[in-house]
Amino acid sequence: MRRPVAELGGLLGALVLLVLVFSLRAPTFFSVPTLLTLANQIPELTLVSVGMTLVVLTGGIDLSVGSVLGLAGAVLGSAFLKAHLPLPLAALLAVGTGALCGLVNGTVSVRLRLPSFIVTLGMLEAARGATFLVTDSRTQYLGGPVERLAEGGLGGVSAPFWVALAVVVLGQLALTRTVFGRNLMAVGGSEQTAYLSGLPVTRLKIVVFVVVGALAGLGSLFNAARLASADPNAGTGLELSAIAAVVIGGTSLTGGRGTIVGTFLGVLVMATLGNGLAQLGVQEPAKRLITGAVIVLAVVLDRLRHHGES
Amino acid sequence: MKSRLFFLATTLLLVAGCTPQATPDAPPAPTGKPTIALVMKSLANEFFKTMEDGATKHQKAHAAQYTLLANGTKDEQDVAKQQQLVEQMIAQKVGAIVLAPTDSKAMVSVCKKALDAGIPVVNIDNRFDADVLKEKSTTIPFVGPDNRKGARIAGEYLATKLKAGDTVAILEGIPTAFNAQQRKAGFEEALKKANLTVVESQSANWETDQANKVASSILTSHPDLKAILCANDSMALGAVAAIKAAGRTGKVLVVGFDNISAIQQLIKGGTVLCSVDQHGDQLAAFGIEYALEMLSKKGTPADKETPVDLVTAETLK
Repeated sequence: MRRPVAELGGLLGALVLLVLVFSLRAPTFFSVPTLLTLANQIPELTLVSVGMTLVVLTGGIDLSVGSVLGLAGAVLGSAFLKAHLPLPLAALLAVGTGALCGLVNGTVSVRLRLPSFIVTLGMLEAARGATFLVTDSRTQYLGGPVERLAEGGLGGVSAPFWVALAVVVLGQLALTRTVFGRNLMAVGGSEQTAYLSGLPVTRLKIVVFVVVGALAGLGSLFNAARLASADPNAGTGLELSAIAAVVIGGTSLTGGRGTIVGTFLGVLVMATLGNGLAQLGVQEPAKRLITGAVIVLAVVLDRLRHHGES
Repeated sequence: MKSRLFFLATTLLLVAGCTPQATPDAPPAPTGKPTIALVMKSLANEFFKTMEDGATKHQKAHAAQYTLLANGTKDEQDVAKQQQLVEQMIAQKVGAIVLAPTDSKAMVSVCKKALDAGIPVVNIDNRFDADVLKEKSTTIPFVGPDNRKGARIAGEYLATKLKAGDTVAILEGIPTAFNAQQRKAGFEEALKKANLTVVESQSANWETDQANKVASSILTSHPDLKAILCANDSMALGAVAAIKAAGRTGKVLVVGFDNISAIQQLIKGGTVLCSVDQHGDQLAAFGIEYALEMLSKKGTPADKETPVDLVTAETLK
């Protein structure tokens, strides 16, 4: 248990360093508005990254999270605007849509023993296509009650942030304090051993896909709330940010090692980087160069730390 | 309904990923009417969808004059796929090709092939690069709006609401897109003339979410910002949400571009100052009409500028 704590310390140090650098360069960076902006913008990425961590821990990957978030948002928008359903019901439909996509991902890849990389790549395409069909490729303006969800709540921070934070805490506890978490780690560590020890490997591996799908569905609600609209392109590229956050957070892409708190710090690193670079007025090409370099650097550091293990 | 089926069919083909040859959606009708091939960019984008719908509507109204064969690529950058589509149209011997090129340079060669085969080409949406056209000693008429002019009109309208020295920011589209560059240039031209100061100009890649994030950062670093000019309406939606979250609604004006349906109620409500309508629903139809004209009379075709109009709360009444 000592090692993960030391690892998180290193990550926290990196985050502090990042904040320090931006604060020195941009006078307005170290401020309450920046903090609130960051808090209000990270809920979707946080939720999806928590789910992604679980999938990666079992040795899988989910490339479809961005498209699934888009599709769930489209369902939410249509249910709310066209079918005139009350918001809670529309939201439930969105979460259900996400979970259903996850169930398809999980069932197809696990039952048919196909690499989740390719199955979820297919879902990335299919779900986006479905999103365009549902929305007729048009942005839907939602406004009103949806928007109110993202307004300042406790401590000036929106409710979605507190929900996302709760998911992080619960996720971490589930991972370290429950049988489910221990089994998950065992599957990721060595699937065969886990199977031979009588663990429900198949079910566990499917469940994590359903969880990440449902979280993407919930993320779509928060995304729609923040933007007051359902954008058919919502979530494009989100899978890459989520995988980056998971890896920066110290979770091994081969499974069996990682923490959700680490992933949350990874999300903060990604979000801080995006916000800080924008405040500095860095242009798009440089932004992408720097973000890419930070991701690779994080993996290199992780590899050096774990050099010689197993 | 038909266009939806087209869309579904192309989507399925793309998902299957087993189409080495570009597959057209339907064979040309075996009649005396000319077949006009409309080759578009991403039909996933609202703007191009609107354009295609407009073309379909136009064909229905002029069904006696021509048959329409519409195709599109998966995304806006898919040059290879679009080249295949044009080659397929040449092989099918269509009457004329109306093309929204994915790339203003790379698509010239294949269009020259079409011209050599005696098939007239009309360029819409994204203008071909003049130097490349000259190098290939080819003329392809461009039928479309002046994006730079549209952005300039919007910028000038904004200037009437601000005073000299006020600070503003620009949210750009994808940096490599010609339209994005033109709109940025148009905004800058108007702003410079009115002595407004551009404190930030960053790309949000045409996307709502990215625009929301970039705008939030800019709002934080520039507490006295008076306006955000967005190169499209999707980004304007993101900027509006960012301004609201910062509690500065009404203090920071927003300018958009494209006049999508989602923006109109915001313009009416006053949270967005104005947008620009380049009549996307008619752009493809303009191109088709021009192609028909070229088929009926030969000669060196000239470019044709289509209208761009300012959209404000006044005009939407």
